[in-house]
Amino acid sequence: MKIINKKIINDVGGVRITQLDIASADIAAKALPGQFIMLMASEKGERIPLTLVNTDKDKGIVSLIFQEAGFTTKSLGKLEPGDTLYSLVGPLGHPTEIKKYGKVILVGGGVGIAEILPVAHALRQAGNHITTILGSRNKDLLILEEELKNASDEIHIMTDDGSYGKKGFTTDMLKELLGKDKYDLVYSVGPIPMMKRVAMVTQEYKVKTLVSLNALMVDATGMCGCCRVSVFGQVKFSCVDGPDFDGAGVDWEELEKRNKVYSVQEKHICNIFPAA
Amino acid sequence: MKKEPIKVKEASAQVRVGNFEEVVKGYSEAEALLEAARCLQCKNPLCSSGCPVGIDIKKFIYHITQKDYAKAYFTIREKSNFPSICGRVCPAEYQCRKACVLTKKGSPFASEQAINIHFLERFAGDYGKDKNLDVPVEKDQALSKFKVAVVGSGPAGLCCAGELARKGIQVDIFESLHKTGGVLRYGIPPFRLPWDVLDFEINYLKKLGVNFVTNFLVGKAKSIKDLFAQGYAKIFLGLGAGVPSFLGIKGENLCNIYSVNEFLTRVNLMSAYKFPEFHTPVNIGKNVLIVGGGNTAMDAARVALRLQKINGLPLNTTVIYRRTEIEMPARRLEIEHAREEGIKFEFLVQPKEFIGDAQGFVKKMICLRSKLGEPDSSGRRRPVIIEGSEFQLDCDLCVIAVGLKANQILINATPELQTDKYSDVKVDSESMESSIKGVFAGGDIVGGEGTVIEAMGMAKKAAKRMIEELAKKGEG
Repeated sequence: MKIINKKIINDVGGVRITQLDIASADIAAKALPGQFIMLMASEKGERIPLTLVNTDKDKGIVSLIFQEAGFTTKSLGKLEPGDTLYSLVGPLGHPTEIKKYGKVILVGGGVGIAEILPVAHALRQAGNHITTILGSRNKDLLILEEELKNASDEIHIMTDDGSYGKKGFTTDMLKELLGKDKYDLVYSVGPIPMMKRVAMVTQEYKVKTLVSLNALMVDATGMCGCCRVSVFGQVKFSCVDGPDFDGAGVDWEELEKRNKVYSVQEKHICNIFPAA
Repeated sequence: MKKEPIKVKEASAQVRVGNFEEVVKGYSEAEALLEAARCLQCKNPLCSSGCPVGIDIKKFIYHITQKDYAKAYFTIREKSNFPSICGRVCPAEYQCRKACVLTKKGSPFASEQAINIHFLERFAGDYGKDKNLDVPVEKDQALSKFKVAVVGSGPAGLCCAGELARKGIQVDIFESLHKTGGVLRYGIPPFRLPWDVLDFEINYLKKLGVNFVTNFLVGKAKSIKDLFAQGYAKIFLGLGAGVPSFLGIKGENLCNIYSVNEFLTRVNLMSAYKFPEFHTPVNIGKNVLIVGGGNTAMDAARVALRLQKINGLPLNTTVIYRRTEIEMPARRLEIEHAREEGIKFEFLVQPKEFIGDAQGFVKKMICLRSKLGEPDSSGRRRPVIIEGSEFQLDCDLCVIAVGLKANQILINATPELQTDKYSDVKVDSESMESSIKGVFAGGDIVGGEGTVIEAMGMAKKAAKRMIEELAKKGEG
């Protein structure tokens, strides 16, 4: 649970994305792409889930990449190498189903780009042709382009303002690709509105679509139901049934609302502990 | 003249709803002596037959009357590892007190006249705790070379670990949460079971040499096979029943509808009632409805009421139960406590649907009235819906407390581990051994939602068999 290494991946315009490499031989030994961990930054902290971005079995190190967006991720960003997390448990959730699908499109947006990286490696190793679409607001906010370029056969960058790559949304490129060629799987991680649009586009083209959901969690072992989502009308727990689900079945509106259930408290705690 | 039962001191309802401190203060020595003196010391006592672990109740009460509290403590400890815990959370009115000769025949639970066995147990237990009375350790050199893994640090796991460690066996307890105690920590609120009482029992195990490994989820970080490969001679599964049941009705995923486990875990384990000092939030409402009639429902209702008080809201928490008060599975004491504190009850009502606002927060519960029909498989009269009885209740926060099922992660990761139709782990009822040789199980993972003392009974059985088998192996 000791932090071995810290890297600020990006720090522009008030958006700070940080990588922490943490010692945990047990988690590193078992973790597979798509799985996540739960952590507490301090004894009084809350438990939050973060997707594992990289695991080094030999060194017994796991890597997490997160945007310092909320109170807990900001507190986490204050930790330095040598510091120890109060709690770290994992690997949790089902790994992404890795097999040979054929032609695969990966769609990553924002910090979700980090989370598609391990899946990209695994799917490519399983013999898939990988096309990656990365989306960000502008050039400066884009992360891990090099890493994903190396993990993909083809890469497309989309920025909202056109400052880099093509101007537009990831879904614009997705439509273009799906209109031209046949693909066997789309895998997407990013902000809810993006994943929702991805699922809408792929449904038109009837392409199987997996999305990795970021529901709120407490224990993350199936005991609280905080992370419940509706998928094809059935109640599922993201922590034990997911985090990957068929994007075509997810009730996005419900997920979006449930993820905002503590927005008042979030604002409050950030205001009273601004230094944290 | 018949002596009246000695009432136990309690924090006043007005004061206690503003905090999470223990409600029942327990007997003083003088009170314990008076209550113990009420015991008839029956020639053929019935009370012990009502105790799932068969504590010699007559004897321990006798020792209290003789002011030999240490003997009283050790008498209980012969059968129960956690007198201070059981004295606080045992549903005595359905067990020993119901069996007490002073309970009226045919009564569904103990009569008021029945001896307050649980308060006397607590008195003796706390005496032992405060005096640090250690149960003699019978370490066996031949057993000390064996390691046993206990999965889960709830009542069953703690009890099993204690039994094994007292024989000198090395025990590692694996717990997936960051704190030990299982349901005693995340589920039961501190106003019913204070943390220092739980910590005392855990520290006692640490003194015995039990090693606690928190933040470790067996089934994910390690498999059963991995544990055997690591050299554990036996494995005990005290996984618990922590999977919440929902109602399966429309609108149930609206914001501010909590499972009882989520609500209690946020408040108990994560101390959300001290937000923002503690960083985990929990919401509270002006019109709180709790669905269910068990102990967790009572706990949730009383937690909700405290949150309302702490947040300066008028106290307005209502328990919705589809049967009547008689059928409620909750401890009578907790129902009384809840009522004293101002919890309201709506009996013979069941939820049909939740209505929310544009932001996705719950606003109303649509309910149906019911009447009692024929008894069902539980022996309780089945609620039958009354046609056309639909009505609405204002509801801006709801807690669903309608039962908990077996934890599934380890079970799903271990296909060889056989389960029954409830997805509980199947065991041999004598040895508590599962379908995997060397893997034993006990507590709620075996019997479904039960009590601390039932879990203890199962854990002791399993420990006994493990010790016997290891002793044989040690000689050979």
